[in-house]
Amino acid sequence: MKILVPVKRVVDYNVKVRVKADQSGVELANVKMAMNPFDEIAIEEAVRMKEAGVASEVVAVSCGVAQCQETLRTAMAIGADRGILVSTDAELQPLAVAKLLKALCDKESPDLIILGKQAIDDDANQTGQMLAALMNLPQATFASKVTVAEGKVSVMREIDGGLETISMHMPAVITTDLRLNEPRYATLPNIMKAKKKPLETVTPDALGVDVAARLTTVKVLEPAGRSAGVMVADVAQLVDKLKNEAKVI
Amino acid sequence: MPILVIAEHDKAGLKAATRNTVAAARALDGELHVLVAGADCAGACAATAALEGVSKVLCADAAHYTDQGAENIAALIVSVAGAGGYSHLLAPATTFGKNVMPRVAALLDVAQVSEIVAIDSADTFVRPIYAGNALATVKSSDAVKVITVRTTAFDPVGDGGAASIEPITAGPDLALSTLVSRELTQSERPELGAASVIVSGGRGLGSGENYHAILEPLADKLGAALGASRAAVDAGFVPNDYQVGQTGKIVAPQLYLAIGISGAIQHLAGMKDSKVIVAINKDPEAPIFQIADYGLVADLFDAIPALNAAL
Repeated sequence: MKILVPVKRVVDYNVKVRVKADQSGVELANVKMAMNPFDEIAIEEAVRMKEAGVASEVVAVSCGVAQCQETLRTAMAIGADRGILVSTDAELQPLAVAKLLKALCDKESPDLIILGKQAIDDDANQTGQMLAALMNLPQATFASKVTVAEGKVSVMREIDGGLETISMHMPAVITTDLRLNEPRYATLPNIMKAKKKPLETVTPDALGVDVAARLTTVKVLEPAGRSAGVMVADVAQLVDKLKNEAKVI
Repeated sequence: MPILVIAEHDKAGLKAATRNTVAAARALDGELHVLVAGADCAGACAATAALEGVSKVLCADAAHYTDQGAENIAALIVSVAGAGGYSHLLAPATTFGKNVMPRVAALLDVAQVSEIVAIDSADTFVRPIYAGNALATVKSSDAVKVITVRTTAFDPVGDGGAASIEPITAGPDLALSTLVSRELTQSERPELGAASVIVSGGRGLGSGENYHAILEPLADKLGAALGASRAAVDAGFVPNDYQVGQTGKIVAPQLYLAIGISGAIQHLAGMKDSKVIVAINKDPEAPIFQIADYGLVADLFDAIPALNAAL
């Protein structure tokens, strides 16, 4: 069984982003970049399935600038067998990424595609569902548990109000939620080994995909700040403020 | 051109998020239709027909919509969208809407605009990015706009409408996936996404037992929903659907009490639009105090029972 895992290079989750003065976007120069945390969970899940003998190969894919190679090396240090970079300097929106991934899936024929449920930069939460639609495959978003048995995959999903479990034929698309697993730290020997793993580069043109953006960013603003209020001395003062000043109780 | 809202419902009635989504759709120019897809969903259709501003309810009643699976519902929306010539398709940015709508967008070969918080014009929308640390205004060049709506940004519509209910032919059962089981948290409390008061607990509570023993009496007294930080959920104090934050639920109640929550940016992203925020934490340096309207530095194990007694 082959698993394909797309990974995105994003601003590290610890970085507090700043909006650019010209309102064209957020400041990305000299900002620490890392693999999208949900994608790390996706890679970890795929690698665990390989270690458990369920999967035979894990292929990591990243779409974007040349530096996405670093993200692919991280995926390979966690345990992916090889990487594919779809190299472009164009701004990629979820629909374009889904089309690129579909073109790769047509070539690679994976049994499972595991993606992060959302990237922490654009917070779009779209690519997995779009890929499933384009390939006419079943989807299980927001996965908190994945089990493969007898040619089917069963996924526990986190939904508003609780959990549900769905069963799908493969191939299928899964997107990961936070509690699916806790990704390992790549060890130094594995980081060294990852440098020798195969990394193929293709272009959107070679895949025959039009990646033109459908959404134009008009401006990016800092949200209206919320200023700190007052500190109260004790519970009595808090109750008084809530009753008489804020009038919310 | 008409506008289509996809209803989120539980057969008998509407989920509150549908009301906020209809409110967003009313900010657009066009006749407003709502699609209710389900099985035995006459109750939900009737509730939809009564919503303010809705002119027509399209009711697709078929057994294979029971589970609200993305594959069948998305295919139905695409066929309804084509037949009706809709300019906008909107659903709430709940796990239901997030699951279904990107599928619809891809099948229509259009972009989706996720979690809009404001509507500038028919093709220009405002949405948060980077966990709400920036607000992007985006313009769509697609003929059909597929949108999910951040429900907290739009006040829900009330009743007062009298729309017609039109049964429509269901799409085929694609049979791509099967629902095995669904376990919903049973609670007498208000829904987290729609509550006017939320009592939310973090790692400071120390254990699941403490979480329930300390926070439940307070929530009962205030008629509040219970929420939690990711740390509390990860530590197993409460189930995942309690989580408030960038990747959990986005809430904006009248009153949000953050108890034993330090205030990571991912948590703040989920609650900073609350009207009044109260933070109770024993660490005076906790970042939550930087956005709280009222902060109290105290041991929550003393403060919460005292607060409960004072109310």
